[in-house]
Amino acid sequence: MNACDFEELLKIPPYSLNQQDKQEIFNARINYLNEFHKNNCPEYKSIMQNISPELDFIPVRLFKEFDLKSVPDNEIIKTMTSSGTTGQKVSRIFLNRDTALNQQKVMTKIVSDFTGNEKSSRMPMIILDCPSVLKKRELLTARGAGILGFSIFGTKKIYAFDDDMNLNFDEIKKFVDEFAGQKILLFGFTFMIWQYFYKALKNSNSHLDLSNAILIHGGGWKKLANEAVSSEDFKNALNDVCGLKNVHDYYGMVEQTGSIFMQCEHGNLHASIFSDIKILRAQDFSECSFNERGIIQVLSLLPTSYPGHSLLTEDEGEILGVDDCKCGRLGKYFKVHGRLKGAELRGCSDTYERR
Amino acid sequence: MNGVNLLLGHEKINPLPLKTYDDEIINFLNDFSRELMKIKTWPEIVALGFFCRKGNLEKLRANYPEYKSRLGRGLCFHIAPSNIAVNFAFSYIFGLLSGCANVVRVPSKDFEQVSIILSVLEKILTAYPEIYERTQFIKYPSENNLITQEYSLMSDARLIWGGDETIKKIRSLETKPRCVDISFADRFSVCLIDADAVLKADEDELKRLVQNFYNDTFLIDQNACSSPSVIFWLNNNLNARKKFWSAVNSYALLKFRVQPAVSVNKLARACSDAIKLDIKTSRYEEQNLIYLAEINSLDENLNVYKFNSGYFYEYALKNLDELFNPEIINAKFQTLTYYGVNPENLRELVIKNNLPGFDRITPIGRALDINLIWDGFDIVRTLSRIVNKE
Repeated sequence: MNACDFEELLKIPPYSLNQQDKQEIFNARINYLNEFHKNNCPEYKSIMQNISPELDFIPVRLFKEFDLKSVPDNEIIKTMTSSGTTGQKVSRIFLNRDTALNQQKVMTKIVSDFTGNEKSSRMPMIILDCPSVLKKRELLTARGAGILGFSIFGTKKIYAFDDDMNLNFDEIKKFVDEFAGQKILLFGFTFMIWQYFYKALKNSNSHLDLSNAILIHGGGWKKLANEAVSSEDFKNALNDVCGLKNVHDYYGMVEQTGSIFMQCEHGNLHASIFSDIKILRAQDFSECSFNERGIIQVLSLLPTSYPGHSLLTEDEGEILGVDDCKCGRLGKYFKVHGRLKGAELRGCSDTYERR
Repeated sequence: MNGVNLLLGHEKINPLPLKTYDDEIINFLNDFSRELMKIKTWPEIVALGFFCRKGNLEKLRANYPEYKSRLGRGLCFHIAPSNIAVNFAFSYIFGLLSGCANVVRVPSKDFEQVSIILSVLEKILTAYPEIYERTQFIKYPSENNLITQEYSLMSDARLIWGGDETIKKIRSLETKPRCVDISFADRFSVCLIDADAVLKADEDELKRLVQNFYNDTFLIDQNACSSPSVIFWLNNNLNARKKFWSAVNSYALLKFRVQPAVSVNKLARACSDAIKLDIKTSRYEEQNLIYLAEINSLDENLNVYKFNSGYFYEYALKNLDELFNPEIINAKFQTLTYYGVNPENLRELVIKNNLPGFDRITPIGRALDINLIWDGFDIVRTLSRIVNKE
């Protein structure tokens, strides 16, 4: 499959191929990308030539250590970074026009499948974050990139927090009243939503009715797991404070922006026709059976400007099934169990990994 | 002292020296040994007990014909490694054999082995008041430099178990002018195997070799200074290497579990080597247990070839002189484990070629055995003073 056939995929619904039908088209494009990156990214080529047997993924961590790109510098229009805390190394992802455009197209297709507006997927949008996240556009953090990516779904947009992360309750209330009867899109990062939206609403006496809204959130559960908040708790808590019923988590990373894995009404994360997921065993990177936990490998048909089409993550997950989720979406569906436990080594140097 | 938890020992330590290798000390350690050997649950505790047997200690004492002219230096402050369980006890024993009074800072991590050893010591010490009043096992947060400073000012000797960062911090503190430090810095170790010997090895011999190799490496996640990182092949032969690794693989498969994070770490390392050093690496039998990486050429930066958890760099030597080269074997090199090679020849090569590195030449299987001669120091002779009659 060449670049042209990819355009064909853009014409069909994102969960419309069963795994078997998807596989052939999908693998062909992955193989094409693999060859393309070998020919255009010297670092990627070194990895593929020097490690035997030849790998069919690279560790996502490499984007923190190396600037990996497969296009000349003058074609790069945007550099995205992961949002690491101070002192941590961050990933640097280089986008050319094509990749950035495809990311946007695919994201639109995937998200529209959940927001329910096939033709016009745009709606009023409340961004559950503060405006300052987007200050430096040329160097986007994962948080900024997520917001920018989802902003294409917004007609009129407001930010829920000021730059000190205080909830703009009155503004939101006015916004909700203005668009009463219309579906409103809420977007934000899981922990921010919990910390600054849910907690603020819970501690105030005023009521907000978001029963007709849809919330899409991402960014992982690490911080909430520390507070012992599960995905169910999260949904129930939000339902309590603002009547929100339609809540979708997504699994994605800055290294594969666009081809995100959305959570369906039944709580399962889904691979679309633009992405796939494999769960690998630590002992030999063989594929796990269904319901067997392992290391998550993510594949995406989008990255052409950097070798990010097949990545070994540092997350743990399990495949729950294929083609038969009750929501009707075809392809694999799965669950993420969070980050892999850090390596604990015996020995006489202080090498216990802190994460 | 404020902020210090005294786990065992006398409130006010007596810094006066004891006689080096005194019978009383040997008897005490022998009693200690007898109790330790009863604890079968921890192999490293049994090994500690084995070391403290009277027979062994008398044998060691025989290497010190002048011991009756020696006294301990006084108070010795031990800073034990933070994440290895029993070294604090060896450190204490070394100080005691030298005739020192000992303040031992135990690992910051809570090890069950530490509590077991301390409770045994507590029992035995009641019968040895002279030793008891010269013993303190303490615990305090390692980042508390004020406490380390106070103990340092009291000390006549310090035993500092690394890494380099810890040593740097502790050596910057003020001490008595005559205080003697032994610092065990971050070191690097390698292994030398004669391929011919591997080819000749019969099944039993190969099994022993592989078990020994496992104990030097996987047993401690290949993460000790004396665990080999690079395997040098003498009389290189691919069949020998295949025979060796295939046996190591079969043995380790049964015993070693690759943690998921470790499998990612190893792969990331291979990728990084591929990019930065153009090194060819293979995942043995397409698994994540053993990574074999072929070093392209030897240079002064050999000690970058170090990873953990079953990650081996290999190099085929043209001859021994290629390795025993002062440009390559710098002061970072500690242990050379060997198989099928005459160790006396190896020692001669270190001396003849004026190598800054290699303090220890030991057969495969004994890399982790701690000894009174360590990192090139004779610990007892350093922690004691000779009373010289001219």
